[in-house]
Amino acid sequence: MSQTKDYRVSHLDALEAESIFVMREVMAEFERPVLLFSGGKDSIVMLRLAEKAFAPGRIPFPVMHVDTGHNFPEVLEYRDRRVAALGLNLVIASVQEAIDTGLVRELPDGTRNRIQTPVLLAAVEKYRFDALFGGARRDEEKARAKERMFSFRDEFGQWDPKNQRPELWALYNGKHHPGESIRVFPLSNWTELDVWHYIAKERVELPGIYYAHDREVVERGGMFYAVNEFIRLRDGETSQVRRVRYRTVGDASQTAAVLSEADTVEKVIDEVAATRITERGATRGDDKVSEAAMEDRKREGYF
Amino acid sequence: MSQAVLDPGAASARNMDLLRFATAGSVDDGKSTLIGRLLYDTKTIFADQLEAVEAASASRGDEYTNLALLTDGLRAEREQGITIDVAYRYFATPRRKFIIADTPGHIQYTRNMVTGASTADLALILVDARKGLVEQSRRHAFLCSLLRVPHLVLCVNKMDLVDWDQQVFEKIADEFTSFAAKLDAPDLTVIPISALNGDNIASRSEASPWYEGPSLLHHLEHVHIASDRNLVDVRFPVQYVIRPQSTTVTDYRGYAGQVASGVLKPGDEVMVLPSGLHSTIAGIDTADGPVDEAFPPMSVTVRLTDEIDISRGDMICRPHNAPAVAQDIEAMICWMDESAQLRVGAKYTIKHTTRTARTVVRGLQYRLDVNTLHRDDAADGLGLNEIGRVRLRTTVPLLADEYRRNRTTGGFILIDESTNRTVAAGMIIEAG
Repeated sequence: MSQTKDYRVSHLDALEAESIFVMREVMAEFERPVLLFSGGKDSIVMLRLAEKAFAPGRIPFPVMHVDTGHNFPEVLEYRDRRVAALGLNLVIASVQEAIDTGLVRELPDGTRNRIQTPVLLAAVEKYRFDALFGGARRDEEKARAKERMFSFRDEFGQWDPKNQRPELWALYNGKHHPGESIRVFPLSNWTELDVWHYIAKERVELPGIYYAHDREVVERGGMFYAVNEFIRLRDGETSQVRRVRYRTVGDASQTAAVLSEADTVEKVIDEVAATRITERGATRGDDKVSEAAMEDRKREGYF
Repeated sequence: MSQAVLDPGAASARNMDLLRFATAGSVDDGKSTLIGRLLYDTKTIFADQLEAVEAASASRGDEYTNLALLTDGLRAEREQGITIDVAYRYFATPRRKFIIADTPGHIQYTRNMVTGASTADLALILVDARKGLVEQSRRHAFLCSLLRVPHLVLCVNKMDLVDWDQQVFEKIADEFTSFAAKLDAPDLTVIPISALNGDNIASRSEASPWYEGPSLLHHLEHVHIASDRNLVDVRFPVQYVIRPQSTTVTDYRGYAGQVASGVLKPGDEVMVLPSGLHSTIAGIDTADGPVDEAFPPMSVTVRLTDEIDISRGDMICRPHNAPAVAQDIEAMICWMDESAQLRVGAKYTIKHTTRTARTVVRGLQYRLDVNTLHRDDAADGLGLNEIGRVRLRTTVPLLADEYRRNRTTGGFILIDESTNRTVAAGMIIEAG
């Protein structure tokens, strides 16, 4: 062995190795894993990690999109292209369909974030998924800071933050009874900046809306929402064309853009490194409702 | 240190390394303030987070911005003013990315401290300069040594409240150093700080001209962790067998896993346990192509020259340097479950590296009082947060090393077979 070599591992390589380890653990220990794929950058990175974890084989599990029906067309196009290129099975859990069949009821304000949860849980039950990969990161939100890598959900899909399994070393406890499931978060230890550095390093392609582009937007509460079929101008509002990009991609009726000139991954990294507002705080109307908004939704079985 | 140096900016930041550390101490010691200060000084706290914390502090009637609210995210925690669980926090400087496992300091939360320490490269213990070492500081130091955290930092906080008295600092430092020596604690650094004022946090403070050591952040950035890894004993627990069933890739059979210790190279002669069969490494693959060597913590896929039967839970090692193949295990156990006690004769699922088996508790030698280190031989069980030495017998052999030599192949968890809860963490003392 060479005595001079220091066997250094960069933080991105260490994070990647950890995520790949977690994905292989799930594949080895569960019957029916599925990867939750929204077309957002975190789920795209997760898909890339899955590709790497099982190479030269194919990704050995399907992906599921919980489709609120409020989509950015660029994201759907990206989703379908990636799924086809990787030869994956795509399961679509449609919120619109669930509204039509009466499983959930449209909320008065028309937002669909909260009613995604029963749709997700119904799909889990229907396909008997026992492990669900999610792209959530602990740096996103303080309820998530206490989330486990392997997060137990009871037969109602509920998260009980006060009754979590301790997680030691890299020994993940995925034991569960039939009907129960485990949410697995391979990106737990990644930050927004890590994700962007990884996208740059791996040259991961993203939907165009992540980079600066001109878009017709309306300003509401300091946030810039795209004017489209889901967000219409209210009385007294005027739209304007601004140069924007999206920091997160969620329900198109709930996700706001940020003003930006960053049209390359390097420029985005510079912006992310310099920004003073969290990505959810800057872009998600749904997280501003109350101090415990995320905790409440997670308890119900949200992502 | 200038602000520019602290900014984890763009391209250069790709080559940082990673340090995981655990913090221990109670709210009274100023732990949350210290973490808040580290996040603030490394520009990690965002404007909207600070705004939310300020608003929450005001509505609670706090007289100051309560930085504990940054980490205490759950409703029950805010209502009760306590930290329930391990919270993970992240910050970075151009040199390093840091993962903080922030563990509550209350007496009942040994479980969380053990959890946080299990993956930590370094543990940071806080004491209040006015109070000196308390029972809790000794307990934290003991748990860090039990979990073999390689680096220990004692922060003597609130030095401003003792007028930066060098004697106060040195008395605490001396007392702790001699206590740590008894614990066989590894590398120890003691730093006088004021978390509230930021003294000796991001840069050396003028308030303590007599202190010649590094600031806390400087120490965290420079502490040498590369040699903490065991690069000598080759241990590759097989996690998953990759055997693609496709027309484009044929005859591929690779053993996927994360290197636990040692350095593997193509051409190395290896032994596979528990079978004891020998083979040679034909190649080491990653999705980015083959590599010349693999070392911790790389996740790779190993191919061997011979077709031998290998499955998940097996271990690839070297013929002259192998772990024990053992069904009788002596270990220290930290019990983590509130709903049941550890009992002699009880059976559990044991998870060790990638191998899962069943085990029976053959004996409980003693329960250890973590405050006095007194051994109680008469104990007949272990309750929540209690630590003791046990003898286990497993259904199939474990491929195990002493925990003090190898944290990955020496640590295990016990799982209750009916509730599926993780009920204990174990550190192997002897496998035979």
